[in-house]
Amino acid sequence: MSDFWKRFARNRQAIFGLSILGVVIVMAATAQFMFPADPFSLAGRSMSPPGENGFLLGSDSLGRDVAAGIAHGAKTSLFIGLVATLVAVFIGVIMGALAGYYGGWIDDILMRTTEMFQTIPSFVFAILLVAIMKPSIESIIVAIAVVSWPAVARLVRGEFLSLRNREFVQACHTVGMSDVRIMLGEILPNCLSPIIVIGSLMVATAILIESGLAFLGLGDPNIMSWGFQIGAGRTLLRSAWWICTFPGIAILLTVLAINLVGEGLNDALNPRLRERS
Amino acid sequence: MKKPLLDIQNLHVALPEGSQRPYAVRDASMTLHQNEILCVVGESGSGKSLTARAVMGLLPRPHVHIAKGAIDFQGEDLATVSDARMREIRGSEISMIFQEPMTALNPVMTIGRQIDEVFRFHRAMTSKKRREQAIKLLDDVHLPDPDKIVDAHPHELSGGQRQRAMIAMALALDPKILIADEPTTALDVTTQAQILKLIKEMQEAHNTGVLFITHDFGVVADIADKVVVMQGGEVVETGTADAILNHPQHPYTRDLIRAVPSLTPRPPRNRNVEPVLKVENLDKVFGGGRSFFGFGAEARKVHAVQDVSFEVRRGETLGIVGESGSGKSTVARCIVRLIDADSGRILLEDTDLRPLGRAALRPWRAKIQMVFQDPFASLNPRRKVGAIISQGLRLMGRSAKEAEGRTRELLDIVGLDERAYDRFPHEFSGGQRQRIGIARALALDPEVLVADEPVSALDVSIQAQILTLLDEIRDRMNLTMVFITHDLRVAAQVCDQLVVMRYGQVVEAGLTGEIFANPKHSYTQELLGAVPGKHWDPQATALSA
Repeated sequence: MSDFWKRFARNRQAIFGLSILGVVIVMAATAQFMFPADPFSLAGRSMSPPGENGFLLGSDSLGRDVAAGIAHGAKTSLFIGLVATLVAVFIGVIMGALAGYYGGWIDDILMRTTEMFQTIPSFVFAILLVAIMKPSIESIIVAIAVVSWPAVARLVRGEFLSLRNREFVQACHTVGMSDVRIMLGEILPNCLSPIIVIGSLMVATAILIESGLAFLGLGDPNIMSWGFQIGAGRTLLRSAWWICTFPGIAILLTVLAINLVGEGLNDALNPRLRERS
Repeated sequence: MKKPLLDIQNLHVALPEGSQRPYAVRDASMTLHQNEILCVVGESGSGKSLTARAVMGLLPRPHVHIAKGAIDFQGEDLATVSDARMREIRGSEISMIFQEPMTALNPVMTIGRQIDEVFRFHRAMTSKKRREQAIKLLDDVHLPDPDKIVDAHPHELSGGQRQRAMIAMALALDPKILIADEPTTALDVTTQAQILKLIKEMQEAHNTGVLFITHDFGVVADIADKVVVMQGGEVVETGTADAILNHPQHPYTRDLIRAVPSLTPRPPRNRNVEPVLKVENLDKVFGGGRSFFGFGAEARKVHAVQDVSFEVRRGETLGIVGESGSGKSTVARCIVRLIDADSGRILLEDTDLRPLGRAALRPWRAKIQMVFQDPFASLNPRRKVGAIISQGLRLMGRSAKEAEGRTRELLDIVGLDERAYDRFPHEFSGGQRQRIGIARALALDPEVLVADEPVSALDVSIQAQILTLLDEIRDRMNLTMVFITHDLRVAAQVCDQLVVMRYGQVVEAGLTGEIFANPKHSYTQELLGAVPGKHWDPQATALSA
């Protein structure tokens, strides 16, 4: 573990990303205490520029506090990003593992299904799914998970394909181990590193998709979100630049931070470097 | 005495900081004269390959670099020469052939174009002349149809043909020195014999000095004029081939030579009459399936095993020998049911294992266990050694405590420290890992042990230890063994019976001593004739030393 941390810390970008991510997490965790009021509530004069009338980052056309929205939106973004990714990784690992391990017609069925999902542009597909179900936090999570799992499935399938013929797996067959145990206990731990890396990068994509949906008005109407803020302020971009700008910077920094951390994880967990050591 | 062509003096090759040792090569000195083959022998990690690469200026700089010493080549010091000059020397004056000709050749360029490049970089010639020259070179290395091969891509040639093409390319500009880094290690034994003959022939025809890196004393005995023995980065002994092979002075050289298995089979042992494992008319075809729900193109069919039958008696070792693609490993995997054979019978104590389903097979699994070839791929890197060895016991329903006790016992049997129990596989060397693999196979008290090339990935001294261990275990546990190998020297020392395979078929079977003394099939004769160093008996040297 300390060894892993040392390799991770060697990458300055990753540490930079991790610190930004830390700030975002702290912001999300303390939103309730910093801004106890509902972020949708009218907090004062509308269209106040940053620093005036007690608004740190200004207020929007209805007098809602932009800073409060960003803090509460951080919670939404991180929550949706994490949960959607977990669901996608779960589905992807199962599909990929079965396809890679058994091959043959099982592989054919699962991979053709995966390809069907991949042929539809993911954002359009997500819009479609949310529009069919009604916009709510659950439907957004489902939509993001449904468009993200194919990438995991392909990755896991490849790993399983190469690992299933390794001699240590064959040795498990010779003692009569069951397939489920071989898959979960022997092969899966050996492909955790790439799964962690792709998972971390998927969190960033999920946050982007969520913001995009909220921007188009397909977000959960009861939950504050960065995308919603940008959508609400887009018509006022020339008269009140701060409404869109600050949530936009929040999205940019969070996605950048997660990508940097993902790259850092990739370097630190790189299986090729590990095996040769 | 004539001035040497290449004079390496006190060469030090430094490794990056934090490596296991500061120098990969320490204070190595050797000389190579014109028209002479100098063999550098050593085990893995001896620094023999890096010495060759230092001469070629091919060290992975800046991490690995020449720290001290001189490499004198006709008055120039290759250790300090400029990169531009080194490029001129490479290919025209010193050239190199590598172990794996498939990766050393560019797969998307024809052989002719690759030879052509050598001329283009170093000589001013018209393209027509260059092509003629390339065809002549291919003809010189005895490639059939040089006119066609010049336009062939590397994948269209066999391994031996590719190595011939490499040699043609290396000799294109008539270099003074040819460096050969394990050029025959990846080849089958019959191909190896041909390539060795070719290198010797070319060396004599061109008066080249050859620096030949190898780990195989048999190869040394066949081609060396002079020998340098390296150990742990240092030169331990230098001398003529005769002196080193027959009168070694340094204890390390003696140990190495003693570890080389003799080609004289060991005396036959008393045979048990009771057959344990019988294989009858085994058949296996790979491929033939279609992808995309059966609508895709049909996969190429390979008849890997054809009508193979043999019988092993209790306490005996049966060797299956053959070259790559002979189907010997497929037979092994069919016996332990890692691959399902298409037809035939696998009789263990009169029960046919072949048609058994998963559940029915389970009680039989314990009786027939396998030792794998690659000690690095055969142990799960994420599990501790104790867990790896005891997993079979736990699956068979033994309690955790019982399994642990038995595992510690097994570690002792295979000669490992009990502390290995709580360590991960990467903390062990190749030989130790192979011991772990053997312990795992023994955990379930098998009747039959199938060993698939268990020593071919190991250095010769480790190989000898593992072979001794397998012998001890067989006697102690009254095991029956099926031993797959490509190495006839190993087979001679381990096996009571032999089965010789080619293209999936058994061409000859019988007692080891009889087959070695009197091979009947022409292929067996060819195999035996191709064993490197067959005229040299390492054991005689070991006894006299």
